[in-house]
Amino acid sequence: MFLQQLYLFNFRNIEEARLSFADRIICLLGKNGSGKTTVLDAIHYLSFTKSAVNPADAQNIRHGEQQFVIRGKFQEQETTTEVTCAYTTGQKKIINEDGRDYAKFSDHVGKYPVVMIAPQDIELIWDGSELRRKFVDSVLSQLDKTYLENLIVYTYQLKQRNSLLKSFAEAGRVDQDLLASYDHRLVPAAHYIFEARANFLKFFIPFFRDQYRYLVGDVGEEVSIEYQSDLRDKDFATLLSQNLQRDVLLQRTTTGIHRDDFDFRINGFELKRHGSQGQQKSFLIALKLAEFQAIAEKKKFKPILLLDDIFDKLDDERIHQLMRLVAQGQFGQLLITDARADRTLQIMETEKLNATIFRVENGKVTNG
Amino acid sequence: MEYPSKLIEEAVNEVSKLPGIGKKTALRLVLHLIKETEHQTFALTEALNKLRKNIRYCNTCFNISDNEECAICTSHRRDKSIVCVVEESKDVMAIENTAQYTGVYHVLGGVISPIQGVGPGDLQIESLVLRVSKSTEIKEIILALNPTMEGDTTSFYLNRKLQGLPVKVTSIARGVPVGGDLEYADEITLGRSITARTLFH
Ligand SMILES: [Zn+2]
Repeated sequence: MFLQQLYLFNFRNIEEARLSFADRIICLLGKNGSGKTTVLDAIHYLSFTKSAVNPADAQNIRHGEQQFVIRGKFQEQETTTEVTCAYTTGQKKIINEDGRDYAKFSDHVGKYPVVMIAPQDIELIWDGSELRRKFVDSVLSQLDKTYLENLIVYTYQLKQRNSLLKSFAEAGRVDQDLLASYDHRLVPAAHYIFEARANFLKFFIPFFRDQYRYLVGDVGEEVSIEYQSDLRDKDFATLLSQNLQRDVLLQRTTTGIHRDDFDFRINGFELKRHGSQGQQKSFLIALKLAEFQAIAEKKKFKPILLLDDIFDKLDDERIHQLMRLVAQGQFGQLLITDARADRTLQIMETEKLNATIFRVENGKVTNG
Repeated sequence: MEYPSKLIEEAVNEVSKLPGIGKKTALRLVLHLIKETEHQTFALTEALNKLRKNIRYCNTCFNISDNEECAICTSHRRDKSIVCVVEESKDVMAIENTAQYTGVYHVLGGVISPIQGVGPGDLQIESLVLRVSKSTEIKEIILALNPTMEGDTTSFYLNRKLQGLPVKVTSIARGVPVGGDLEYADEITLGRSITARTLFH
């Protein structure tokens, strides 16, 4: 997949930008806060119908303005398509492909896949289970539309169910029929999601291990991701009825796939506690490269790779390994941001890579 | 926005509370009103006052009505053995427009949504159960709620509440566009979906 043109209007800190991408590698160079991440986020938006940085659309409009627009022209084989995302204060956002508005955004997600590697990925290791679920969800959503639809149903009905449990507490009584009205949709959605997550890991882990081995060499380190879920031993309907009293007492649903976790392990131990900084970084990059491969394998074309400020966080050896993959043509289109222009230009020269260079300053993007 | 008069500002604020009307449109409407004759504006406010004071809901089906019983419930040509359950009065109008349905209605006044603080007690659900259990005529209940998650939950709940009563519960065939309101479904698809309904499960 190739992004030929990108247009931004009042998106975050960029007033207007019109970019044409001729090369496979595009570098956006400029100080932190200049707007280079905004360009990557705009591409993320076109892919996922939302920002990677801020999920609140109202806050993604440039300060003092009423509307933002992002438009991208994508090419895959002989076909080009134009995707537009527009949001106006107080209105429903619009996602449009070649002039046709989507009724359901879930129909769009996965058509223009993107993989992003960013410094905050480290939170996948350090933070709670929610981010790890989000990671798996974002990969799976791009591969399986039914998964995304089930996830939307589950998330929404769970929110309703939790509000309902609160209202039971206020009213002092439980309406079993009403509870059942939510459970009848939650149960099949949860089972679909559980199966899909378990199957996905089986498919994903070989890619992941290959990438890790490539990054660290054959040093006998064994990495794994273990899926933890309440649904592993019991079906969800049973779990819900067993936990009913506790749910009513705590006024929220205490069991389900919204509590799933993915344990990151190295040589059988918890990566967060026992992995060195270097091992953790390699783990994360391997995770993202495996995401790239998994999507490329299923879609039969390569997603766009976004590397946001990662040279800062990586040592020379890992940068070199990554760039060697680039030089070998492992990736399709690739966008790189860096605050240190000299470093990126140096890397491009050392690895003999042709790149289109953009300078970003105070929300203005210029060629060269 | 700066308004030349406090009176204009107040009027704009009120008009812009209406759904789908922003401040700009509200201002245009208000400026239009003051250009008209006094008589025309008062005719509008009088109609609104009368509407607000006298609007009623049918005692049987809870559709908007001028009398205690609506024209549909009192008509001898309507088949009282079939009751079509809808969310709002606008859905009654949409189905009436298809001219395919000869039964009567029951208007819930919304759908169950705990997030929005709407529970079964806020809707005409108990009255529906009562209406069915007291009637000897009603043979079939058609659930024609919008194909949203809330509509689906509410249909499931209604079906449970109607279990054990001697009626057949069906739902309209979803020729209706997914995510779309009944109101927007075109008359032909809506008409067809009312005739081709299936047993609720
Ligand atoms: Zn009536």
